[in-house]
Amino acid sequence: MNTIILRLIAERLGVMLVTLVIVSFTVFAATQLLPGDVAQILLGQAATPEAVAGLREAMGLNEPAIPRYFNWLIGLTQGDFGLSYVTREPIADLIAGRLQNTLRLAAITTLISVPLALSLGILAALYQGTKFDRVVSTATVMIISVPEFMVATLAVLIFAVYLKWLPALSYANEVTSLWQLLKTFAMPVITLTFVIAAQMIRMSRAAVIETLNTPYCEMALLKGASRRRTVLIHALPNALGPIANAVALSLSYLLGGVIIVETIFNYPGIAKLMVDAVATRDLPLVQSCAMIFCFGYLMLIMLADIISILSNPRLRT
Amino acid sequence: MTQPIVQLKDLRVNATTDSGRQVEIIKGISFDVGPGEMLALIGESGSGKTTVALSLLGYTRTGCRIDGGEIKVAGHDMAQLSEAQRASHRGATVSYIPQSAAAAFNPAKPLIDQVIEAAHIHDVMPAEVAREKAIELFRALALPDPETIGERYPHQVSGGQLQRLSAAMALITDPRLVIFDEPTTALDVTTQIEVLRAFKSVMKQGGISGVYVTHDLAVVAQIADRIAVLKAGEVQEIGTTEQILHAPEHPYTKELMSAFEPKAFVGAATDLAPNPTPVLDVKRVFAGYGPKGANNMPAALILKDISFDLMPGKNLGVIGESGSGKSTLARAVAGLLPPATGQIAFKGAELHPDLQDRTKDQLRRIQIVFQLADTALNPNKPIGKILGRPLGFYHGLKGQAREARVDELLDMVRLPKSIRHRLPSELSGGQKQRINLARALAADPELILCDEITSALDTVVAAAILDLLKELQRELSLSYMFISHDLSTVEAICDDVLVMYKGEIVERMPTAQMRDGAQHAYSRLLVSSVPKLDTHWLDDLQQDPEITAQFSRR
Repeated sequence: MNTIILRLIAERLGVMLVTLVIVSFTVFAATQLLPGDVAQILLGQAATPEAVAGLREAMGLNEPAIPRYFNWLIGLTQGDFGLSYVTREPIADLIAGRLQNTLRLAAITTLISVPLALSLGILAALYQGTKFDRVVSTATVMIISVPEFMVATLAVLIFAVYLKWLPALSYANEVTSLWQLLKTFAMPVITLTFVIAAQMIRMSRAAVIETLNTPYCEMALLKGASRRRTVLIHALPNALGPIANAVALSLSYLLGGVIIVETIFNYPGIAKLMVDAVATRDLPLVQSCAMIFCFGYLMLIMLADIISILSNPRLRT
Repeated sequence: MTQPIVQLKDLRVNATTDSGRQVEIIKGISFDVGPGEMLALIGESGSGKTTVALSLLGYTRTGCRIDGGEIKVAGHDMAQLSEAQRASHRGATVSYIPQSAAAAFNPAKPLIDQVIEAAHIHDVMPAEVAREKAIELFRALALPDPETIGERYPHQVSGGQLQRLSAAMALITDPRLVIFDEPTTALDVTTQIEVLRAFKSVMKQGGISGVYVTHDLAVVAQIADRIAVLKAGEVQEIGTTEQILHAPEHPYTKELMSAFEPKAFVGAATDLAPNPTPVLDVKRVFAGYGPKGANNMPAALILKDISFDLMPGKNLGVIGESGSGKSTLARAVAGLLPPATGQIAFKGAELHPDLQDRTKDQLRRIQIVFQLADTALNPNKPIGKILGRPLGFYHGLKGQAREARVDELLDMVRLPKSIRHRLPSELSGGQKQRINLARALAADPELILCDEITSALDTVVAAAILDLLKELQRELSLSYMFISHDLSTVEAICDDVLVMYKGEIVERMPTAQMRDGAQHAYSRLLVSSVPKLDTHWLDDLQQDPEITAQFSRR
């Protein structure tokens, strides 16, 4: 560790904070523009205009947007997400359980998909042009092209409807044994792994092959190194930066982009919570979910940046 | 008689083009290299010299394939061996020293690991012994701190050091044959001498055979026993170094030799008015990169107190090693890099430091031509469009008038009119550089800043470009500021020369005096470091080691 690295990391952190503030403003502004009125929805069709106006007043919706934004932002920095408009419960409580579910699904998917994808990508680069490489490359293109709801639906059809091996729905809260846990998570994890691994395989293969075309990899071959040695010792350490970025981009999808998978398997994750919140115009909840997604995304990108920085000896030494 | 180390018989290499067509790039080449002998392969870019050299390692670049012939290296026919068997000889029996050592070292690994890697792969000695041996080689190659230099990373040592480290990397396994692929082309002349000396003494001590690929005849004269002249994938002439240099037989060899002969410059006989205004008058310019500090100077100050002038119709050469600030000077004059302080006047009128604030007419009168036409020309625009753009911008020419002027410009740079419909990628290197020049001429400039415009070209092509520049000067009364690291190029075209060192002008003198009358110690070192077409030049060369140590960052 030296001062340059510390400075670079501090810079990334600063950029991350600024981004978060900008995103918070955008999210707040966007939710204000959503059509529909929460008071109207809460009271239903039969409500009188007076009742709606009264509720709006009580919920503080008549205050100007700018003070409300700053109140919300100050609350966020203190860990106070505010109250849900719909259930009047603290949003932190609503999110906590759901976030845990999402993180659990994301963690299991990561543990399976990242090693799998990286090994396949690196192997494909190692055996570039062979039958193995062509099979992997073609398969990944096909999987990328198939929308995930299709993969999810097919998985349900095959494993739940015809084979009856797995439950079609995943109630993560009712898990009692490891076997049950595996069964519950199998289908969402398989679907998500398909979606994110394909992208990672392609990117890591491309990154390694690009590095293989450099003069120092040619030099390694001319020193008598086997292709395997050239890939593992010479190409891979220099491809770490791009690979880390590809992995971070793919994993960020596991936080916010899993709504289709959560819906199909009825998995109680945070993405589903956010969509439900949009339907009920529960604006504080929507905003909080959006901020959490953004934060997770930025964290992943920053981690990838730090890995790239640390893998570069020009900065390290 | 002892068995030759290399017996190459009727080598043929095919390349597959992007469109899938098969092209024979090596058309039956044969030669032998005896034990301890150094054979040079010379030829222009595209002559196939690197392809031949790599084939001796049983290796071809992507898209190429060895299609026939026998490549016997120390008794093994590389053409017949399996890939694994070839790999067992690479780095062990025959090793390779690349053109750009800076690119050939893995940036993520310490140097010593890479230097002894071949010994590890072929399992010829334990790692500890290999380390000892590497340190011995570092010492033999005159590297500084031989004990510890290996612990550094490639970015922590200089280009000349990397080139010698790559020699150590090639020699670690005691190979029978070493392939040198233009190993000194990327180096400055003062560094080149040291590297050539190191190569020569190590090869002689070990009795190792070598194949030396280069386009520089003067380097070949120092290091080779025999020379093979290649053109378009065929050997034109092969003979001893003395014979090729002094009694070439093949017309192509003669052409190469004559292009290499330094041509004395005869200044354009322009009668100057008694007190002419200089075209360019630069006074006390300081410039650099990075944020400005407290004293209004940039963080990385490149140009320090630069003052010079250039009279109309005259040419000024700027010479110096890489990093001396030559190109930065051109950028400062052009306004691409506004100087921190100092004045630049054009024909008596002061120019605003920043390009943005200069008038269109001022911009038109100073044009810059960059080193690499490949990157300076938009690859997606046909030549006609590339030349038409400045015509429209500076002169408002449209339609027929613009077309006619494009034809004139093509004619000026001696290219056929039909070329206007082609893309830059469809032209040769020399043609592209002519287009690059024609684009500058389109503005009707009075001063052209030429930044290393012949450096990337082959000797014969570069000589033709220089002739063209001289002709254009006579016809259009231009002035050139000619930046180059190649002294003979500057000699061929410039009246005066500025010698730059670390961002300062150390000396200004008439070009005619450069060889014998240089005053400053650095100018003398620079001039004496340029190799001559004399096989004894390197051995006889005497340079004051103190001055050498002072000025060259080895």
